Amino acid sequence: MNEPLLRVRGLRKLFPVGRRALGRAPDQFVHAVDDVGLDLAAGEALALVGESGCGKSTLALTLLGLETATAGSIHFEGNDLAAAPASVWKAARRHIQMIFQDPYESLNPLMTVGEIVAEPLHVHKLAPNAAERRRRSVAALEDAGLKPAEHFLARFPHELSGGQRQRVAIAAALVLEPRLLVADEPVSMLDVSIRAEILNLLADLKMRRSIAVLFITHDLGTVSAVADRIAVMYLGRIVEMGTVQEVMTAPRHPYTQALLSVVPAPNPRLRRQHIILQGETPDPVKLPTGCRFHPRCPVAVERCRTIDPPLQTIGGTQAAACIRLDEA
Amino acid sequence: METTAAGYRGVWARLRRNPMGMIGLIMLVVAIGVAVLAPWISPYDPHAVTRVNILDIYQPPSPAHWFGTDDAGRDVLSNFLYGARVSLTVGFFASFISVTVGGLIGISAGFLGGRTEGILMRFTDIMLVIPDLPLAVVIVALTKPSLTNIILVIGLLGWTGTARLVRAQTLSVKQRKFVVRARAIGAGNSYIIRRHIFPLVLPLIVVNTVLVISLAILNESTLSFLGLGDPATLSWGQMLNYAFTRGAMSAGAWWALVVPGFGIVWVVLSCTLLGQGLEQALNPRLTTHHLAADRTLKNLPRWELEPTPVEQAGNV
Repeated sequence: MNEPLLRVRGLRKLFPVGRRALGRAPDQFVHAVDDVGLDLAAGEALALVGESGCGKSTLALTLLGLETATAGSIHFEGNDLAAAPASVWKAARRHIQMIFQDPYESLNPLMTVGEIVAEPLHVHKLAPNAAERRRRSVAALEDAGLKPAEHFLARFPHELSGGQRQRVAIAAALVLEPRLLVADEPVSMLDVSIRAEILNLLADLKMRRSIAVLFITHDLGTVSAVADRIAVMYLGRIVEMGTVQEVMTAPRHPYTQALLSVVPAPNPRLRRQHIILQGETPDPVKLPTGCRFHPRCPVAVERCRTIDPPLQTIGGTQAAACIRLDEA
Repeated sequence: METTAAGYRGVWARLRRNPMGMIGLIMLVVAIGVAVLAPWISPYDPHAVTRVNILDIYQPPSPAHWFGTDDAGRDVLSNFLYGARVSLTVGFFASFISVTVGGLIGISAGFLGGRTEGILMRFTDIMLVIPDLPLAVVIVALTKPSLTNIILVIGLLGWTGTARLVRAQTLSVKQRKFVVRARAIGAGNSYIIRRHIFPLVLPLIVVNTVLVISLAILNESTLSFLGLGDPATLSWGQMLNYAFTRGAMSAGAWWALVVPGFGIVWVVLSCTLLGQGLEQALNPRLTTHHLAADRTLKNLPRWELEPTPVEQAGNV
């Protein structure tokens, strides 16, 4: 198998809790991302699914170098970025771009759309002159579905709708022609009527430009529109991974099964039995022993309290982290 | 304080609707006009070498001297008009120094955070608790009392408030998503500060500058009144000092005290009013949400604002 575009191994991001006493290392941590491994091939879209607080966004920020990884490696095109100096990061950032959740906050209110979209070119000194910058900005805006682009260049973000703003953010990410696009809940702040458009745009960009997409969402319903594969995350760890087909039709991890059971089914006759998880997500500072899902797991047995199951391949490309896989 | 989506463009429009701010602006423009035009509008030249006749001293207002004469027989009105130049020069330059130093320290501390912030802000706190005026008196007394020294002393002692304000604003702007996005793009610190932080901190700095000008002018007047002014120039504070120390009170020459006092109050009041007006014009609490922008609503035809019969029927 070829070296994937992005290969993450054993990635950890711990946040110290509370104020550090003078000269003493903190002893408690939030385990935001705890031993995550994933591969992403060029032109592939991976959906990272999980409830809020499970570490999806921290994982994204760590992949972009906006948070420093506590441990583990992030190989992008063969270079380990986790331990890389700033210069390597800067070069890599040309190829990794991010779209944020909130299109109302992620655009500078004092900059015009033209300036926002051309900003990455400016930062990376990629366009020699204003005409070239303008040409590439216009192309990116049109790719992001804002046509005619000239109509938008001189406008300010507050003159645009939420969907249009998210398209501007996408255009600003596209203008560098990245190989990896990290989209952190790109549609959760948008009206339902606009979500499909933006999702289709992302899917379309992935197809036409063969950009790899890491699509972070808490909404399983939006996954299949964009993604090829799914990774389900619970409390900082990936508990199940596989193709969309595999995971959506035959989820193996009890957490995935519970998540899928409450996704509204289009056909009421095929309505599944809802599995409602009991209790709250445990405190990410004091993780449960053994399997971190066992306090809420409907099928937990005594062994689950002691054994912390690794992600194991089940067959095909599907993998899940549960000791009862063989029994089920 | 936060600059909203409307940016700077709405500021002037909002300032114009603020009567106090506009009064302050007009008063300041008048003061600047007087200072600039002093050589042309003054009836006498205060620097002219004249023989002082004992009878010229503390003459009451008359057609020849509208506001009387001072302790040296000079025309108070001319001194007053020329004094505006000194006071405003000190005000502008000293506040420029204050705001530059305070702005740099505030932005650096707020943006860089960590140990840099700790050191810079503790330094600011120390400067803040030292009483400005006694220290200024000591420094000016120890150095040669020239206009440059006074400007430097006032400027370098008055930046603490600005630094704290700017730091607070920088901290809030730094958290905003477009700064994170700029970082994700690969932008460096200096680029982010120039392009994303500074433009959003600037309105606050402008307001602060206007307010600091009035403080600087007051400080200069105080120092001059205490006899620490530049003897080669004649500021309003010095006019007060001369009048006060050379018997204007006992001579009943109220004009020698009232006129420079009026000048100080005029300029300080104008800056305060303008500063507050600008503050209100830039205040986010008074700005509307982008969806409720008043101009679009106003232009809507009436039928769009009223529920249609169908909507009304639905509500029943």
